[in-house]
Amino acid sequence: MSAFGMTTSRALAFAGLLAGCFFAALPAANATTVERVVSPGGIEAWLVHDKTVPMIAVEYAFRGGASQDPADKPGLAHLLTTLLDEGAGDLKSAAFQQKLEDKAIKMSWASDRDDFRGSLRTLSDRKDAAFDLLRLALTSPRFDADAIERMRTQLAAQLRRESVDPNQIASNAWWAAAFPGHPYGRPPKGTLESLAKLNVDDLRAYVAHVFARDNLKVAVVGDIDAAAVGQMLDRVFGALPAKAQLVAVPPATLHGVGDINVIDLDVPQATVTFGGVGLPRKHPDFVTAYVVNHIFGGGSFTSRLYQEVREKRGLAYGVSTFLYPMDEAALVMGWTATRSDKTKEAIDIIQKEAKRFAADGPTAEELAQAKDYLVGSYALRFDSSAKIAQQLVQIQLDELGIDYINHRNEQIEAVTLDDAKRVARTLFEGGYLTTVVGRPKGMSTGQRG
Amino acid sequence: MVAIALAFALSCAGAATASAADNAGKPAYFKLSNGLEVVVVEDHRSPVVTQMVWYKVGAADEPPGKSGIAHFLEHLMFKGTKKYGPGVFSGTVARLGGQENAFTNQDYTGFYQRVAKQHLRTVMELESDRMTGLTLTEEQVKPELQVVLEEQNQRVANSPAAKLGEQVAAILYLNHPYRKPVIGWRPEIELLTRDDAIAFYRRWYTPNNAVLVVAGDVTPDEVRKLAEETYGKVAPRADIEPRTRPLEPPPIAERHVTLADPQVRQPSLQRSYLVPSDTTAKPGEAEALDLLTHIIASGTVSRLYRELVVEQQIATSVSGWYLSTALDDSRMTFGLTPAAGVTLPALEAAFDKVLAGIVDKGVTEDELKTAKERMIADMVYARDSQTTLAQMYGAALTTGSTVDKVFTWTDRLNKVTAEQVHEVARRYLEKQRSATGYLVQEKSVRAEGKRS
Repeated sequence: MSAFGMTTSRALAFAGLLAGCFFAALPAANATTVERVVSPGGIEAWLVHDKTVPMIAVEYAFRGGASQDPADKPGLAHLLTTLLDEGAGDLKSAAFQQKLEDKAIKMSWASDRDDFRGSLRTLSDRKDAAFDLLRLALTSPRFDADAIERMRTQLAAQLRRESVDPNQIASNAWWAAAFPGHPYGRPPKGTLESLAKLNVDDLRAYVAHVFARDNLKVAVVGDIDAAAVGQMLDRVFGALPAKAQLVAVPPATLHGVGDINVIDLDVPQATVTFGGVGLPRKHPDFVTAYVVNHIFGGGSFTSRLYQEVREKRGLAYGVSTFLYPMDEAALVMGWTATRSDKTKEAIDIIQKEAKRFAADGPTAEELAQAKDYLVGSYALRFDSSAKIAQQLVQIQLDELGIDYINHRNEQIEAVTLDDAKRVARTLFEGGYLTTVVGRPKGMSTGQRG
Repeated sequence: MVAIALAFALSCAGAATASAADNAGKPAYFKLSNGLEVVVVEDHRSPVVTQMVWYKVGAADEPPGKSGIAHFLEHLMFKGTKKYGPGVFSGTVARLGGQENAFTNQDYTGFYQRVAKQHLRTVMELESDRMTGLTLTEEQVKPELQVVLEEQNQRVANSPAAKLGEQVAAILYLNHPYRKPVIGWRPEIELLTRDDAIAFYRRWYTPNNAVLVVAGDVTPDEVRKLAEETYGKVAPRADIEPRTRPLEPPPIAERHVTLADPQVRQPSLQRSYLVPSDTTAKPGEAEALDLLTHIIASGTVSRLYRELVVEQQIATSVSGWYLSTALDDSRMTFGLTPAAGVTLPALEAAFDKVLAGIVDKGVTEDELKTAKERMIADMVYARDSQTTLAQMYGAALTTGSTVDKVFTWTDRLNKVTAEQVHEVARRYLEKQRSATGYLVQEKSVRAEGKRS
């Protein structure tokens, strides 16, 4: 059930992962434009100025993320996401939190494998206080011992809970098997062992190396004009070092394609995670791959896997695939969950459909439908300040340029059936590494054609 | 780092305005001659609209023995009508670049699409058609029942915490149907049939039992015209009887349940109190309960977090929510995770002490001021999302509330005094109104505790 206390009819597993991977623009907003703002100090942000709601959404990201965790200390970036608002400058944890609560200012952080992201929401009448608190959090976090211990115990409880969560087990196991010895193979939230080792020096080193101006992407949306954004940028981020000192992350090669790993867990429904080689975001065929994946297993209820696995056979509540391009590897990934006595059948169908799709590609009708959906739904990504800000940061991280916004739909429209067939073959004939968590009948770890 | 609070559930009945003195931003409300209620929430920032149709029927309205039928029917509503056969609805929405989904709750069932505004008429035509035009074959129903069973696996059977939540609700309510899970009890879901779904559909799905909410880049006049041309043509097909459900007797005994599951690695505690909803409460009570829940459990300055997580270090996280949008008496729920080495009885005793402090002395003026500021600001943040606003009004109107009541929520909240918050704490945080659940790995945990 969601927070709203409802059950929804259609599961879109992992939809969140993809939402940020690809698109960004204000394709059809009412007379809204994206403005490039450069502060007096030389810091850039993309701005959409809209006064309708008296609030401001700021999204920002530093390149880095969990891949910058020391090899023996995974989970460092994740721990850091919990500690930046636990005291900064002269304000200890309780005082800092009280200031945020008194003014209803919301700040949060998240890290994925390649990026460390931050988010700020404030009402516009108290933006100065919000920006000051954000500056403190980013430039002088205290990392007091009691706060570190408190967050460590919270995260340890979460790790213990997730240690029996089929999705989390499947995810960690899949990545470990996919990228052994590479930062991408480590659990981004760490382990109970690594969490216990993390200390204040690790946290300070991470901040010093990753939080820097040349490493920063910022988007601002809402009730604030360009001049005020310029001042804000210098005020919040101006004191950060000019250059980041990132540890180089080597290119990552996907291991274990063709393997099926089964991890025993006594639950009625087995969780299946699978992934194969995808295309990098900057690859000329990426947009085609995006369209092709949409047809095969993307978000829509009309995808082939949705029809074959759910609609026709009732094997699962959710089944989907998505592209996952990272800085040093690119994947096409998928997910489903199905009862133990049908798990093998579901995996067989997914493999069979992948082979069929690789061989024949989509039909002209499927391609036309997918393009209509992807072009038509683009505006839905821009109907709130929060969503717009997230999209604008992603475009910057993907280095697509501010004019991408005006050309994205043309790129979708330009995909031909020949392109689609060729890229379908590239994406879906290579096979998958598959991880199953549960007690699937008639399956054990092993190699399959 | 913030304790998890289910912010939306906490304040479902939120207004979309900073001041109700003027009516700027107040949604339009009107009724069609066939009884369909219509709400229009304008948001002209981007050329997008959200259409939602909410039926005033949910899991709590199911006949005995048919738990899960409201939700199962929600799934089956996508299977096609006399006019538009299988696949046409979702195929058309997808072709328009639209997104759609549906949801079921104890009191309502809803369907929505988000589309570019020029497609509003099309989705209104489709949605009005399936209001009474659904056709179902056994071939469609059978696999969908398997899908729902997989959904039950995914949401509940695979998750010890979700199973505990079901058990706590089932002992909190002795007689009222809120005791059943929305998705149903699995043995009953397995027996649901096409005929069950059709009977439920015919009884409840009719324009005079529905609320249409349209939010986005559209005016009330446009919506009225389109609604009359589409929904206006749907004849009411049933007289809707009042939703009279089995009554909950006054609670006289506190209840406990322990779920021991081999999968549990992290124990936890859940506590629910039977409290009035925005609909059943006396004037001012629901607003006071919203503030009380916030002060007790929302965020890191809350009582529970400060005392149990920061000071005593007996818990690692706390959460709390009050589902104010409900037709009948609702509940306030707290969740706590013990620190390593702390038993659940010890945690529960410390938790009870914090609550007892509030029952005894009430909340401070500072706490009240901060909570009001935060909750009113959250309503401004909510205005950033047309979907969130549409949800607020839809949920309110299907649980006995009104547009006016939602719109003036901020003003009502602002008027609550510390004494009123104290009063609802005294009245409702009584042990006999509560159900407590322990999630443990081994059955012996309770025996180790001092509770007897």
